[in-house]
Amino acid sequence: MRKSWWKIVAVVLLTYTFTAGFLIHIPHIGNLKETARNLFFHVPMWFGQITLLSISLIYSILYLRTPNLKYDIFAVCFAKTGILMGILGLITGSIWATYTWGSPWSNDPKQIGVAIALLIYFAYLVLRNAVPDIDKRAKVSAVYNIFAYFIYIPLIMILPRMVESLHPGGKGVEGNPGLNGADLDATMQLVFLPAVIGWTLLGTWISTLNIRIELIRDKNLLNAE
Amino acid sequence: MKTVFALLKKDLLLEMRQQHSFYGILLYVASTIFVLYLSLNNPEPDVWNALFWIIQLFVCVNAVAKSFLQESRGRMLYFYSISGAREFIISKLIYNIILMLLMSGMSLGLFFLLLKNPLSNPLIFVGIVGLGSVSLSLVFTLLAAIAAKAQQNAALMAILGFPLIVPQLLLVIRLSKAAFGEQFRDGAVLNLTGLIVGLDIMVLVLSIILFPFLWKD
Repeated sequence: MRKSWWKIVAVVLLTYTFTAGFLIHIPHIGNLKETARNLFFHVPMWFGQITLLSISLIYSILYLRTPNLKYDIFAVCFAKTGILMGILGLITGSIWATYTWGSPWSNDPKQIGVAIALLIYFAYLVLRNAVPDIDKRAKVSAVYNIFAYFIYIPLIMILPRMVESLHPGGKGVEGNPGLNGADLDATMQLVFLPAVIGWTLLGTWISTLNIRIELIRDKNLLNAE
Repeated sequence: MKTVFALLKKDLLLEMRQQHSFYGILLYVASTIFVLYLSLNNPEPDVWNALFWIIQLFVCVNAVAKSFLQESRGRMLYFYSISGAREFIISKLIYNIILMLLMSGMSLGLFFLLLKNPLSNPLIFVGIVGLGSVSLSLVFTLLAAIAAKAQQNAALMAILGFPLIVPQLLLVIRLSKAAFGEQFRDGAVLNLTGLIVGLDIMVLVLSIILFPFLWKD
């Protein structure tokens, strides 16, 4: 119990998200209509993705400080779940965009941003596969992970200010390029925040499961040190 | 500082003695632009701008790739014994910037010669080209080091680098429009330049911090 409380929290919050998210009354704004409920599923993917990629970055830095293969496994597993959430966010976003903007892809800066993020992290996986030596792979991919993260973050801050956006809060719209919490309806906020926390916890949970599998697989290597 | 200059001098001397690689890249630039000339003469300014920067991107991958790939294992070990990692990466960064500035200058000349000159303000564009090629070579230097460490060729470098160069490339292409006579808001040009310089400094600092980890074996 002591160690798994956050998993229970994740289950409770996501159950709440799925029931309340579909049942509560939401305000109808413009052509959003009932699709606004996607807010509880699409937007938390981005929060989850950034959180997981940041955790991956921290483990890469830790690896460079103390070369322990465990950190490398942690870094790659969190990055993989980050990629998964990125893909899910892209799919949920495309579905949403089809009904509100009229087409699944409209070169919105945030769409370009996620496409680039996926390319960067796929390249990270390609790089890992290209190096056969385990220690060298860990070192080289940690360096790339850190370098990529610090270029990616400015990118998602620059892009929305340069390209016209359909998302709320883009160029030519008031507010910051992210989500403006103050704009959110009060009842929706009651579901949105738990949804963000729930999805992020679920992502962490998936990563830890993956990490445990990897740790068992590389048991001999890790214990040999 | 003395080590940096010594390493830089060695790279430049090597370049002058083994001219085949320099002329190789030069020929690469010339033939690419000649193919462009054959496939479209007199492109629109927007197309001209985009093509110019895409060509710079490919030239940079080819020019910078060999800066680490040409060093053999034994020679790296020798450098390791005579200099620190920081001096080594700084000398490579400076060398790549010089190389890239030369290449960009040549390709700009060829673009003017073959694809006409749609610029209303060529002098500003020369400045922007300088800034852009510095950005390109900075980003690709560390990537070349990573690719060399992974014992891979320039193809891996392109896979790793193309998504990462997007911010600089977008900013530079946007800024270039100032040289095509587009009117910017007050301060927008300075703003964009500041952003590019800021990114460059960040990449520079990251390279200097991260390279020592790649270097140790």
